[in-house]
Amino acid sequence: MANIISDETIEYVGILAKLELSAEERENAKKDIGEMLDYIDKLNELDTSGVEPMSHAFPVNNVFREDVPSEDDGREKTLANAPERGGDSFVVPKTI
Amino acid sequence: MSLMNLTAVELGKKIKAGEVSVEEAAKEALAAAAKKEKAVNSFVTIDEEKVLAQAKEVQRGIDAGKYTGPLAGVPAAVKDNMCTEGMLTTCSSKILGNFVPTYTCEAVLNLERAGAVIIGKTNMDEFAMGSTTETSAFGATKNPWNTEHVPGGSSGGSCAAVAAEECSYALGSDTGGSIRQPSSFCGVTGMKPTYGTVSRYGLIAYGSSLDQIGPVAKDVTDCAVILEAIASHDKKDSTSIERKDCDFSTALVDDVWGMKIGIPRDYFGEGLDPEVRDAVMAAAKELEKKGAVIEEFDLSLVEYAIPAYYVIACAEASSNLARFDGVKYGYRTDGFAGLHNMYKKTRSEGFGAEVKRRIMLGSFVLSSGYYDAYYLKALRTKALIKQAFDKAFEKYDVILGPAAPTTAPRIGDSLSDPIKMYLGDIYTISVNLAGLPGISLPCGRDSGGLPIGVQLIGNCFGEKEIIRAAYAFEQTREYEHSPLA
Repeated sequence: MANIISDETIEYVGILAKLELSAEERENAKKDIGEMLDYIDKLNELDTSGVEPMSHAFPVNNVFREDVPSEDDGREKTLANAPERGGDSFVVPKTI
Repeated sequence: MSLMNLTAVELGKKIKAGEVSVEEAAKEALAAAAKKEKAVNSFVTIDEEKVLAQAKEVQRGIDAGKYTGPLAGVPAAVKDNMCTEGMLTTCSSKILGNFVPTYTCEAVLNLERAGAVIIGKTNMDEFAMGSTTETSAFGATKNPWNTEHVPGGSSGGSCAAVAAEECSYALGSDTGGSIRQPSSFCGVTGMKPTYGTVSRYGLIAYGSSLDQIGPVAKDVTDCAVILEAIASHDKKDSTSIERKDCDFSTALVDDVWGMKIGIPRDYFGEGLDPEVRDAVMAAAKELEKKGAVIEEFDLSLVEYAIPAYYVIACAEASSNLARFDGVKYGYRTDGFAGLHNMYKKTRSEGFGAEVKRRIMLGSFVLSSGYYDAYYLKALRTKALIKQAFDKAFEKYDVILGPAAPTTAPRIGDSLSDPIKMYLGDIYTISVNLAGLPGISLPCGRDSGGLPIGVQLIGNCFGEKEIIRAAYAFEQTREYEHSPLA
């Protein structure tokens, strides 16, 4: 495996991904990411200098609209699936 | 003879003529599902009461002249990543195991406007990440042709439900082949439209720049008619396109005289099962007999599509799936210490292994220091792949090749080696990167009796060309019902 993923990298990626991995999952993730990157490195065979990164497959324009208030997303509907609700708010653990 | 043996359009005609009531059709679908679900597990959710209520409502609508289209009253199934108001929508994940949406996906609304009766929600790979429908939190779906084999994925539930005839047709979604590959494995016809043709509003996102909803059915006619019903310009999806050419059923013509069809040599190299190759080449021959001009050519860059796809799709997934945090909907862990611990525990307990793998890879390729080397490199590769297709479509109306390198693998054979599983998507993935339409339809079976699919790829907005070619080929063979049908 050409790409060796360190414990620090997995720790850092876990923070970005908001995932808490078990010791076994961390070892698997190191191996999986390393192997995938080895495979992805195949892209380096291609000369892409001067090629613009393409995020959308064909030209599209930004879509503008008037900023008009609407009742499309009712409050009750928005809160209907809350794991924990207090009045008109989502309840989350204390953060400060 | 069951009503479920009919195509959607055939059943729609009987309903329209009053030979069959909407309720009778819905009851037959429910009875078929009740009988077969133990063997195939196509569905995550079936709500009989709701189905029968909707059937009565649609019948009233037909009688009152509200629903006059070809799909009115016909029972459909919907992949479980499309939101349905009041009906569980899980993405086959524990993290959405209790999620009952308060609104309905635009494509499903469009079907309902056409008088569809939604039988239930079909099983899938968790968050559409997989090629076998084995990563579902609710158990694997089985292939109706041989239940020891996978149905393909990620729309495996939709394709199996159509092949097992538990519904007349279904909707799937296709990010890297998730409609075409399982259609090929299950011996049904599935189509991925040009990106932007069908609204993604209410489709739970995986890779937003690649995701597209499309039909799964018994034949090309059904697919064209269903696509006509679900295609729409939607203000709620800013990537949806206003098309004036959505009369797809006008392309159902048995005439390919003079049509130029390119066969990419690079789709017939190493890794392709010889039986698949022979069946696909025989399909090309049939089209040639009908007057199409068949020519081999080099598409190039085929082997770069999968690595580029996994970078782009995982990057988008890591961002899209950030919304599952135990605050607004879905699963929340029981014991936690503070907000961040709650996020992490909820996500770690709620997501399965393949989803976590892709979120981790996506977070890595987007992280500072790696963004240019991986993410932008993949987007540049995508541009080159698009150019290769542009060049091909200067010469050809349609590209023809296999949908998948093999027939359906055995259950349990794929998940141990992710890269090997990813390679199974080699013929479908570049179509998503380039935003093109593609269709897979049955063209034979292997010596083990498993279905083989031929894929036709069109230029952007070239649905009518591939529908015409697919329809012409389809006239040369009979539809084969699966043993579970």
